[in-house]
Amino acid sequence: MDEESKKEKFQERIDNGETIEPKDWMPERYRKQLIRMMSQHAHSEVVGMLPEGNWITRAPSLRRKMILLSKVQDEAGHGLYLYSATETLGASRQEVIDQLLEGKAKYSSIFNYPTLSWADVAVIGWLVDGAAIINQTMLARSSYGPYSRAMVRICKEESFHKKQGYEMVATMADGTPEQQEMIQDAVDRWWWPTLMMFGPHDDDSPNSAELIKWGVKSKTNDELRQSFVDRHVSEAHEVGLEIPDEDLEYNEETGHWEFGEIDWDEFWNVVKGNGPMNKERMKSRREAHENGKWVREAAEEYARKKRLAKEKAS
Amino acid sequence: MSTETTTLTKQDALFEYLVRLADDRLILGHRLSEWCGHGPILEEDIALANISLDYIGHAASLYEYAVEVEDKGRHRDNLVYFRNDVEYKNLKITELPKGDFGFTIARQFLFAGFSYFLYKQLSDVEDEQFAGMAQKHLKEVKYHLRHSREWVLRLGDGTDESHERIQNSFNDIWTYVGELFHQDEIEELLQGEKLAADSENFKSDWKELVVDTLEEATLEVPDFDQFMVEGSRDGLHTEHLGHLLAEMQHLRRSYPDADWE
Repeated sequence: MDEESKKEKFQERIDNGETIEPKDWMPERYRKQLIRMMSQHAHSEVVGMLPEGNWITRAPSLRRKMILLSKVQDEAGHGLYLYSATETLGASRQEVIDQLLEGKAKYSSIFNYPTLSWADVAVIGWLVDGAAIINQTMLARSSYGPYSRAMVRICKEESFHKKQGYEMVATMADGTPEQQEMIQDAVDRWWWPTLMMFGPHDDDSPNSAELIKWGVKSKTNDELRQSFVDRHVSEAHEVGLEIPDEDLEYNEETGHWEFGEIDWDEFWNVVKGNGPMNKERMKSRREAHENGKWVREAAEEYARKKRLAKEKAS
Repeated sequence: MSTETTTLTKQDALFEYLVRLADDRLILGHRLSEWCGHGPILEEDIALANISLDYIGHAASLYEYAVEVEDKGRHRDNLVYFRNDVEYKNLKITELPKGDFGFTIARQFLFAGFSYFLYKQLSDVEDEQFAGMAQKHLKEVKYHLRHSREWVLRLGDGTDESHERIQNSFNDIWTYVGELFHQDEIEELLQGEKLAADSENFKSDWKELVVDTLEEATLEVPDFDQFMVEGSRDGLHTEHLGHLLAEMQHLRRSYPDADWE
């Protein structure tokens, strides 16, 4: 079969809702796009440990400390599944991590914002994990089997993360005046960056159409963003919090919340590396990698010695 | 509570004993949690966070039971967030800064080995709630020991660099291990009631575990008879604990009336 017929056959399988598995034929560009998306997703989980990890030692109750620790541990676990899922496409974990450390790969820009108060931990759980769930619920139906299965597993844990975040938001919104001020301030700082998590408008998103055609995504960035806004505006109002958007208005006819324009200059600026924490985050990752080098080398050397001893014995 | 008092009751002693055990685990759990997001490989980020979570969970159960025994209507978090350095009774070995991965592993191995034998004994105390807790936690302690022991072998018998690093860590930490076996009138009173472990009974088992493991890892075993620091159970700490507590307690203390549950 020539390349074109293979591509047609592949598209037919996608259109029939079939799942593509690692050993199946796939267009080179499909493989590349998935490696890009999945490794970015894995990096986001790993870099995403840092802003929340910043508050583990200062959590204000033992219960909150345990919940946060377990959430950040889950994120490391998600990173691991996703790196493994990416390996099914022939991209080794080392290779994609090197790309991150060399600054060639991206991760979600949301993690380039600082966590300045404990309320940020609550708001990250509620808004950032809330946004992640919307995106990942769609990806759980993605055409690539290993990605879709990883997403099903991850989504279950993410719903718990969102639930604990919203519960904490509600507790603070119902708390002392200082807690109320702290939580509103966190919402004010995180709302717009969270909307940016869904990426550029559909017109400015060159990958979208292709990813939809291949069944990797089933909704556009703007559609996903709209469902996020609809859900979270009402959740904010339920606990008496305000959304920092003067243009926010409910449209009775469409049943959607209309919202103001995102500051795209800020978006691109952070993507290009000029966000408040880009340099810090990369510095932390590189330091962890460099400081761990002797440990990884020792583990390899020990395994090699054990293998040799075993070979000798047999 | 003064341990000098002649009117030490069983209730006082059990409260103090539970708090000592809890403090060790909370403070060590705190140190391990500092690795979260900074581990040498992702698997170790997961493992260290998991162990930290176990320790903090064990501490939470122990504090919970301590305030129940105390019976003054205190919340367990009150013990965590509103005691000062000298009121904390954790062993100094638990509060030392996390150091490099080798130091963390050396401490983990020594402490987990000790905890393993300790929890085996605590599983048989004549107090259903306490024994049940120890039995449940023992399963996790076994994993902590296996995890750290495997790493001692890898680092000791890995590269020249890893060998040197972990050897130095054992040498540096050695002066703190004597205190693991400290016992005073609190333990004595409770041992009479079959409510506490007696570490004298497993000291040689623990030493054997340590010696065997270090030798297998091609490491030298430091001298058990060298000078050992004391005083932790009376609230005498290193300077590190004050900084740790300042960080851990500042938010909670800044808003003492706020509810964060």
